[in-house]
Amino acid sequence: MRAPSPTDIAAGEVILAVENVSLGFGGVKALTDVSFDIRKGEVRAIIGPNGAGKTSMLNCINGFYHPTEGRITFKGKTRPKMRPHEAAAGGIARTFQNVALFKGMSTLDNIMAGRTLKMKRGFFWHVLRYGPAMDEEIAHRRSVEEIIDFLEIQHIRKVPVGKLPYGLQKRVELGRALAMEPDVLLLDEPMAGMNLEEKEDMCRFILDVSNQYGTTIALIEHDMGVVMDLSDRVVVLEYGRKIADGTPDEVKRDQRVIDAYLGVGH
Amino acid sequence: MPVVDTHAEPRGASAAQDTFPKFLALNATRFADRPAMRHKDLGIWRTWTWRDVAVAVRAFALGLGELGLKRGDRVAIVGRNRPKLYWSMAAIQAWGGIPVPVYSDSVADEMAYVLEHAGASMAVVEDQEQVDKILSVSDRLPHLTHLIYDEPRGLRDYDHSRLHAFEDVQAMGRKAGEDAAKAAALEAAIAEGKGADLAIILYTSGTTGRPKGVMLSNDNVIISARNGGLFDHLTETEETIAYLPLAWVGDNIFSYAQSYVLGFCVNCPESAETTMEDRREIGMSYAFAPPRVYETLLTQTMVRMEDAGPLKKRMFHHFLGVARQWGEKILNKEPVPLTARLQYALGEVLVYGPLKNRFGFTNIRVGYTAGEAIGPEIFRFFRSLGINLKQLYGQTEASVYITAQPDGEIYADTVGKPNIDVEVKIDDNGEVLYRSPGVFVGYYKDPEKTAETKTPDGWVRSGDAGFFDPKTGHLKIIDRAKDVGKLRSGALFAPKYIENKLKFYPNIKEAVAFGQDHDFVTCFLNIDLTAVGSWAERNTVSYSSYQELAGHPEVLKMITAHVDAVNRSLADEPMMAGSQIRRFLILHKELDADDGELTRTQKVRRGFIADRYGPLVAALYDGSPRGRIRTEVTFEDGRKGVIEGDVEIIDMPVHQATGTAFREAAE
Repeated sequence: MRAPSPTDIAAGEVILAVENVSLGFGGVKALTDVSFDIRKGEVRAIIGPNGAGKTSMLNCINGFYHPTEGRITFKGKTRPKMRPHEAAAGGIARTFQNVALFKGMSTLDNIMAGRTLKMKRGFFWHVLRYGPAMDEEIAHRRSVEEIIDFLEIQHIRKVPVGKLPYGLQKRVELGRALAMEPDVLLLDEPMAGMNLEEKEDMCRFILDVSNQYGTTIALIEHDMGVVMDLSDRVVVLEYGRKIADGTPDEVKRDQRVIDAYLGVGH
Repeated sequence: MPVVDTHAEPRGASAAQDTFPKFLALNATRFADRPAMRHKDLGIWRTWTWRDVAVAVRAFALGLGELGLKRGDRVAIVGRNRPKLYWSMAAIQAWGGIPVPVYSDSVADEMAYVLEHAGASMAVVEDQEQVDKILSVSDRLPHLTHLIYDEPRGLRDYDHSRLHAFEDVQAMGRKAGEDAAKAAALEAAIAEGKGADLAIILYTSGTTGRPKGVMLSNDNVIISARNGGLFDHLTETEETIAYLPLAWVGDNIFSYAQSYVLGFCVNCPESAETTMEDRREIGMSYAFAPPRVYETLLTQTMVRMEDAGPLKKRMFHHFLGVARQWGEKILNKEPVPLTARLQYALGEVLVYGPLKNRFGFTNIRVGYTAGEAIGPEIFRFFRSLGINLKQLYGQTEASVYITAQPDGEIYADTVGKPNIDVEVKIDDNGEVLYRSPGVFVGYYKDPEKTAETKTPDGWVRSGDAGFFDPKTGHLKIIDRAKDVGKLRSGALFAPKYIENKLKFYPNIKEAVAFGQDHDFVTCFLNIDLTAVGSWAERNTVSYSSYQELAGHPEVLKMITAHVDAVNRSLADEPMMAGSQIRRFLILHKELDADDGELTRTQKVRRGFIADRYGPLVAALYDGSPRGRIRTEVTFEDGRKGVIEGDVEIIDMPVHQATGTAFREAAE
């Protein structure tokens, strides 16, 4: 059902490569010599037990942290020190483990905020709400409405997001990330704290994003069932090191992964 | 057996306009630039004029011709109210095909039954969800050759050898239209259509057994739609919202047939969840809804008012009092003192107007409630605000219209007078029979059931027990004829009557009464999660599930008070005093159509529930203080699970009958 078949992806072009990345905070080593790549159009999962360095990895990718060693190549360019807004402008969007929306603003405005980087006219033009700025606003509103339609959140278009249940807030956050029309979408635990039905909805939306927009997706998730169903390839981290990398089936059978998740007899 | 006939002379369909494709052609000239349909998409209302619709339908019809649609073929339509699904009806009818709308929330098995029984050769569906459902049962549907979908999302990588996008079929049709021979073939097929041909097959949800396919001819539907329009003086300027299931006869008459016959505009909401908001934006002039919709509006209003500030609350309740006292009289144009009129006018500005705006009833001229009895308090609430809400009694087998309340003759407990061209009589056993031009052709592939329901001279057994009220001349429906029973003592037992009294309390969502051949009446209740949940929030009662809230002692106390009030009101009615509720329980789960406990139109299936919850019914009658049960539930995706329940049973005191002594009714 998915757009690119696994064989396509295996042969696919690498959009983002992580090479020998290490990250330390003082004496604490969050990541040690991690390398993997993300291919165009795939759903790539990063899993691991608590404290394995998953979120640190994501933060390195979108420039929130700077690796102490190693390098990250995105669309063929290597930038040793990329800042988050540069990452965003370059086509990397993300959602957060704890929803980070503007609580007092409506769903519509929150998603519209995701279009900020695409707006060409300056502040003054937009204050005037006239001429080219108006045309631009209408064009952006259209893309936002398409996302609202896509995520089936028409009924909360004008509701302040602070009033929404958690599952819907997560969906709005995904909408805001999509509004950036990213090449790579980083999802930090998109299903955390959701009930079964919300999880199923979210899974469907993630697959639809990948299918319809062809967006490359990297996600962190705890729910193993979800990970195995959704992803094309999985990277497993433990104590900041990569212990396995491959298709869900390969990873599931890997002894080191089983040990990391189930513990080893002493 | 009194026969009540009506005044009006019979109005046949004229030969020129006896099918829907012919009406479409007529509307495309007489109302060419008037809006025929609107749909809110991407946040904007999009409008199609009658001319636009005619063009869209023609392209789709030609496309269906390319796919091989022939006269008499049945085509299933599955989905919510979307313009393309309505257009497909006319396109199918253009070739003399028969649309078969199916409830879009049916699970795959129910859907397979209808498609199989109808022998559908094609299906036009809304989206991936419906495509998946049909594909999952395709081995049971050997006749199904093509599947056409409206919303392409998620379907890109499906095998498209038998699957087509609506637009692609239209494109195919436009190409075919360039061929003069093909265009002429369509024109010829439209001209060949006759009033006696089948217009549609509607599967009734049925309170018992498998659904039956009700066959309605073009004449049935067109004449009924026209007479309904005459009854309420409807014109091409009406605005309605299409939000009820396509498979319901009401939607077919109100949102399709009447729109074509009269030329008014039908508005399709953006999604099921936005209907409230969309209604407000459109401001419909003609509305129809089962009582549940009005109940929900009232419950939501009351719940929201509980959260309002004290000043607003006082203002709301004060003017609601004024409306209760004078509103209906003003609406019925009865004499009313000037001070009351002024108070009411002030209320209109401060409360009723804004409230009606919220409901989307600002421009309402005629509103109907049908399908089930409406709680009198709910009915009066809307009427007191100045909304011309009326009751209608209809059936699929009658193309809706049997009786309706004429303007100015509104009573909460009647369903009105026979519609134009409809004859109604009461059988010896109290059953209502009717005969009209709208009376159905028969049940599809079921001559036996047809013969049971329809007499050779055209009378149809409604299955409802009722009588004509001598004071008003209106028909009153008591209950389903087979449901009106007797207690062992011989006292009358009308379960629905009791259930409606209970359901009038916002905290009670559903009630199922038992008592047939028992010594006394008992009942199951479902609490309303919105109303009780809001109460719980205000009183800091925490709960994690329906089951937990339903079992909370404070909730039990509250519901007990409601049941007691119902008993007191039953005690006031001589005929009903014997059927006071002696014992009841609150069910541990909500009754659900997916489990077969409610019909798709949300009516309770009493017999089924009695079987399913047998141990609980037994516990109600054997005097035990608690009941235990395990039930299987079906989730939305069709998987099954088990819910276990341990529910408390409450004993109720009996009130002394206060009314006059029991007298045998005259008839």
